[in-house]
Amino acid sequence: MRDVAVVGFAQSDSMRRETDRNEVEILIPVMQELRKKTGLTNDQVDFVCSGSSDYLAGQSFAFIAGLDAVGAWPPICESHLEMDGAWALYEAWVKIQMGYADLALVYGFGKPSMGDLPLTMALQLDPYTTMPLWPDAISIAAIQARLCQEGGTLSAEEMAERAVRDRGNAKSNPYAQVKGDFSVDGILADPYIANPLRKHDCSPISDGASVMIIASAEKAREFQDRPAFIRGFEHICEPMDFGVRDLTSSKSTEIAAEKAGVRADKIDVAELSAPFTHQEILVERALGLDESTNINPSGGALAGNPIMAVGLTRIGEAAARIWDGSADRAVAHATSGPCLQQNLVCLMEGN
Amino acid sequence: MSEDPIEVFLQPIQLDYDYTAGVSASRFLRAIEQGKLLGQRCPVDGRVYFPSRGSCPQHAVPFADDGAVELPDRGTIVTYSIVRVPSENIPLELPYITVQVLLDGADTVLMHVLDGDLDTVRMGLRVEAVWKPKEEWTTSLANILYFRPLDEPDADYDSYKEHI
Ligand SMILES: [Zn+2]
Repeated sequence: MRDVAVVGFAQSDSMRRETDRNEVEILIPVMQELRKKTGLTNDQVDFVCSGSSDYLAGQSFAFIAGLDAVGAWPPICESHLEMDGAWALYEAWVKIQMGYADLALVYGFGKPSMGDLPLTMALQLDPYTTMPLWPDAISIAAIQARLCQEGGTLSAEEMAERAVRDRGNAKSNPYAQVKGDFSVDGILADPYIANPLRKHDCSPISDGASVMIIASAEKAREFQDRPAFIRGFEHICEPMDFGVRDLTSSKSTEIAAEKAGVRADKIDVAELSAPFTHQEILVERALGLDESTNINPSGGALAGNPIMAVGLTRIGEAAARIWDGSADRAVAHATSGPCLQQNLVCLMEGN
Repeated sequence: MSEDPIEVFLQPIQLDYDYTAGVSASRFLRAIEQGKLLGQRCPVDGRVYFPSRGSCPQHAVPFADDGAVELPDRGTIVTYSIVRVPSENIPLELPYITVQVLLDGADTVLMHVLDGDLDTVRMGLRVEAVWKPKEEWTTSLANILYFRPLDEPDADYDSYKEHI
């Protein structure tokens, strides 16, 4: 395996509704900021990979416009995934492992405010039996939360604790959308929006983008004195049919964490992309995290959820803790599909 | 085999969007509503992109607001095709000609239709826009009904060869 490290990152604010700019106009200043911070020029980039969803834009091939922010002449080596940018990072990492590239530029962007996100998300369900019922994403997550609560896996209090922690942490994150001091009692007094989920159990809907550079060890130190070396990188997918899955645990996160070697040593920082409080608990447990880990110092997905960028942003936030020396070992998580169907785990170390 | 009748149900799924054209495309659309054709100049190499857009796709730099360039409604055909199948919203009888027009002063081509002679249409032909009546103008490139040939000598091949 080649040593590959995350060496550059920039992100936009998580915004509930960007009224004027389109998707690529949200991305352009983030790309500019990354170039300014790192001095990156296109001739240094061997591979470009992006994640976005045409369903959010409501236009086929909408992702092509993203290349306006990259600069694609002279011709570049480029790929796109209809996935969160975290998976685009995985593809870039594989490309570097295979020796086809030494440095890659990766980005994710989305503008869900143009449509009705919970309904748009229904289109990722099984197209024969589930999707035609058109269940919204919050109701689907609520079914999972109810299974967890009724089976004794977790409680409403524990869920509220995650919202309090993450939104409190997000006070120091200038890009976060939902932040502040909340209390468990206060949250539990709120009405349900899809029983047993309250508003605070759900991540916000966010427009936004993030951009990252990864590089082989030889190039990494040109950008960072203390690169965040990727020591484990795995993603595992569970079946599409809810009926054959155990929705009260996150088996795929568990397997990915095991393969990535997450539990081999203490984890200083974890950044989780779970969009609902009960899912965050399931992911924490699957990763084997406890009080010794600083979980979601940025606030995680519950404080800002720029869909298609949020997972990549978790990796960028975790890497930043290694760059600044506040962590030696950090893990980032990204998810895709309903009820934590597919999960990605990225383990990074400073040494 | 089961004798049960097969039942079919239809579940129409519709997603509605509040589409945002974006800052630069909106600027273009507001201008064409006034009968103006707005391009955008790249601050790096000075090339003019039409319609105006948010950044240079070659140099990946944001276009500044003061880089807007108003272009004339005349130009040169750099390539064309004769269409023999019907299509919606085309104000011409079949067969008609689709053209790529390089507006004078622009560095990217505009796709439109030509009201011209099938036998004499050619690369280099000079053309001008025919607009809808002013009271029908909206925020749409369809404000231009079609292009028609100008009574001018053809453009020199060297003047448009980069844009084919
Ligand atoms: Zn340019």
